[in-house]
Amino acid sequence: MALLETKGLSKHFGGLKAVSDLDLSVEEGEIRGIIGPNGAGKTTLFNVISGTYKPTSGEVFLNGERISGLRPSRIAAKGGVRTFQRTALFKDFTVLQNVSIARHLLANESLLGAVFGTARRMEKAHEARALEILEFIGLADIKNELSHNLPHGHQRALGVAMALATEPRLLMLDEPVAGMNPQETARMTELIRKLRDEWKITILLVEHDMRTVMGLCEYITVLNFGHKLTEGAPKEIVSNQEVIEAYLGSDNILEDDGFAS
Amino acid sequence: MSAPSDPRTMGTVVDSRRERLRRLGPWLVLGLTLAVLCVLPFEMRPYHREMTMVFFINLIMVTSYRLITTTGDWSFAHIVLMGAGAYGAALIAKHAGLPFGVVVPMAGIVAALVGAAFIVPLLRTAGFGFFIASFAFGELVRLIWVKVQFPFGGARGIINIPSPEILGLKLGSSIPYYFTCFIVALISLTILYRIDKSRMGNAWKAIHGDEMLAECVGINVAHHRSFAFITGAFFAGIAGGLLAFHMGAIDPRNFDLTQMVYLIIWVVVGGAVTFWGPIIGLIVVTIAFEWTRPLLEWRPLMFGAILILFLIFLPGGLESLLPKIGPTLCRSPVEQLARVRRWLTTFVART
Ligand SMILES: Nc1ncnc2c1ncn2[C@@H]1O[C@H](COP(=O)(O)OP(=O)(O)OP(=O)(O)O)[C@@H](O)[C@H]1O
Ligand SMILES: [Mg+2]
Repeated sequence: MALLETKGLSKHFGGLKAVSDLDLSVEEGEIRGIIGPNGAGKTTLFNVISGTYKPTSGEVFLNGERISGLRPSRIAAKGGVRTFQRTALFKDFTVLQNVSIARHLLANESLLGAVFGTARRMEKAHEARALEILEFIGLADIKNELSHNLPHGHQRALGVAMALATEPRLLMLDEPVAGMNPQETARMTELIRKLRDEWKITILLVEHDMRTVMGLCEYITVLNFGHKLTEGAPKEIVSNQEVIEAYLGSDNILEDDGFAS
Repeated sequence: MSAPSDPRTMGTVVDSRRERLRRLGPWLVLGLTLAVLCVLPFEMRPYHREMTMVFFINLIMVTSYRLITTTGDWSFAHIVLMGAGAYGAALIAKHAGLPFGVVVPMAGIVAALVGAAFIVPLLRTAGFGFFIASFAFGELVRLIWVKVQFPFGGARGIINIPSPEILGLKLGSSIPYYFTCFIVALISLTILYRIDKSRMGNAWKAIHGDEMLAECVGINVAHHRSFAFITGAFFAGIAGGLLAFHMGAIDPRNFDLTQMVYLIIWVVVGGAVTFWGPIIGLIVVTIAFEWTRPLLEWRPLMFGAILILFLIFLPGGLESLLPKIGPTLCRSPVEQLARVRRWLTTFVART
C-alpha cells in the first residue's frame, strides 16, 4: 500500500484551477520529486495535503487513512508534515526553542502539568532529541542564537529541523535549497538522502534546482497548470518533449527562484 | 593577617558571587516586596488600604488579560468576563448561600463558561476583527445586565451581597479582606506565571508569531486560542468575585467601556511582551492617577494623551526600557558590595 495517495484531488481559487484532478501515489521510502514551472500548483498541492487548505474536491490518504479535511496539526500527528517555500520560523525564539516547540504534539502537556511543571523529566528528553536533530542538521553550535538573526541558509535548514522534530513519516519539502549557496545545497542534498536512508522518512520534494532533483529522486511527477503532465524516472523526464515545452514556456528552469508562498 | 591572595582567583570568586547575586536578586526583591505588602496594611490609612486591595484585584485582571494577548488575540471583552464572575459570585452568594471560599472559584468558572461561549464564534475572527467582535459580544452581555431585572437587577444592579466569611472567620472588614485579596492575587499570579513559562505558554506565543507554521508543526491553533481565552476568563472571574464581595453591590457600570480602557492603558503603558510589563504599567498608572486626583474631570483627556504618547514614542511600553536599565540596576549593588569588600580587605591589611 502506498504511504501517500491522492484521488481526484482539486483545489480551485475562484476560476483558477491551481490543482486539478490529481492522482498521486507515493510508496513508503521514496524520494518523490514534484517539478513544474512557476504557478504549476506545487505549493498548493502541499497546502492541500498538509491540511492548510481544504481541497475543493477529491481525497488524500496517508497510510490508508483519509486525512483530507483534517486540520494540519491532526495531519502532523498522523505523520504528514510540510516545510514552507517562504522562510517560516518563530523569529523571537532561539534555534533550540524553535525545534522544541515543534515537539508540541509529542509533549502533549496539560494545563495542570504546565502549572506544576510535572513534565520536567519529559522535557529533558525532548530537549535531548531536539539537540540530536540540530546536530544532524548542523545547527547545534548556534542553538542559543535568535532564529531571526541567522543567515538565510541556516534559517532554511532550521525549517527542516522543525519539521523533523514532529517525527514525521512523510516529509514534504518545498524548495529546501532555494537561496542556498552551492556548499549548503550539497549539504542539504546529503541530509535529505540520509533522512530517507537512515531515518526511514518518505520524502516529497518540490524543487526548481534540477541538479538536486535529478540527483535525489528515483521518480518524478511533473505538474503543469495544476494537471499532472507526466511521471517517470529522471532520465525519461528530461527527454520528454512535453516537459521541455512546458518549461520553455516559462523562464529558464535552472535559474528559477520563486518566492511566492 | 590575611595572606595576599592571587588577584586572578580573587576575580573568579567575585565573578561567581556576582553570578549568584544576579540570580538571587529578583527573589530578594520579590521577598522584600511581599514582606512590605504584609506589614503595609497595618500602617496605612484605610483609604490607601482600599486602594491597594483594588490594586490586587486589578493585578489579576491585567495579568490574565496579558495571558490572552500572548496568542495575538486582543480581546475587548475582558472586563465583561470579570463582570460575569462578579454577577455570578453575587447571585450565588445571595441565593445559594454558599460560603466565600466556594463562591470565588465558582465565579471563575462562571466567567470561564461565558468566555467559552464567546470564543467559539470569535475563533472565526483574528486581529482587528477579533477586537471588534469581542467588544460586540461584551456589550451584548452588559446590555442583558442593564435590561434584565431578574436576576440581574437591571441598571441598579445587585445590592446586599453578603459579606465574606471563611470557616466562621469574618473577612468583611478592611484588614482581613486585604489579606484575602493579597493571597488570591499571589496564587493567581503564580499560576499565570507558571503557564506563561511552560511549553503551553510558548505554544501560545508561537501562534502569535506565525499561526500557519504553528499549526503545521502540530499546535492545534483553535484549541489553544480557546484555551488561552478561557483560562484568562477564569482569572477575570476570580477578580470579579473578589470585587463583588469588596463592594457589597455591583451594577453594570462597573464593567463598562471606561473600565476596559483602563485595562488597555495599563497594558499599553507597561507593554505586554513580558509577564512583568502589564504589572509595571498598572503600578505606574495607578500611582500617576492617584497623584492627579484633583484633575479628575480631565482624566478622559489624560487617557487619550497617555495612549497616544506611548503608542508613538514608546510602543513597546515601559518594559521595553528594562533591558537598557536592567543591567545597571543589577550591576550597581553588586559592584558596590565588591567595592566595600575591597576597601575592607585593604583596611584589614593596613591594620
Ligand atoms: N491562496 C491563494 N489564493 C489565490 N490564488 C492562489 C493562492 N495560492 C496559490 N494561488 C495560485 O495558484 C496557482 C498555483 O500556485 P502555487 O503557489 O501552487 O504554484 P507553485 O507551483 O508552487 O509555483 P512556484 O514554483 O512559483 O512556487 C498560481 O497561479 C497562484 O497564483
Ligand atoms: Mg511554490
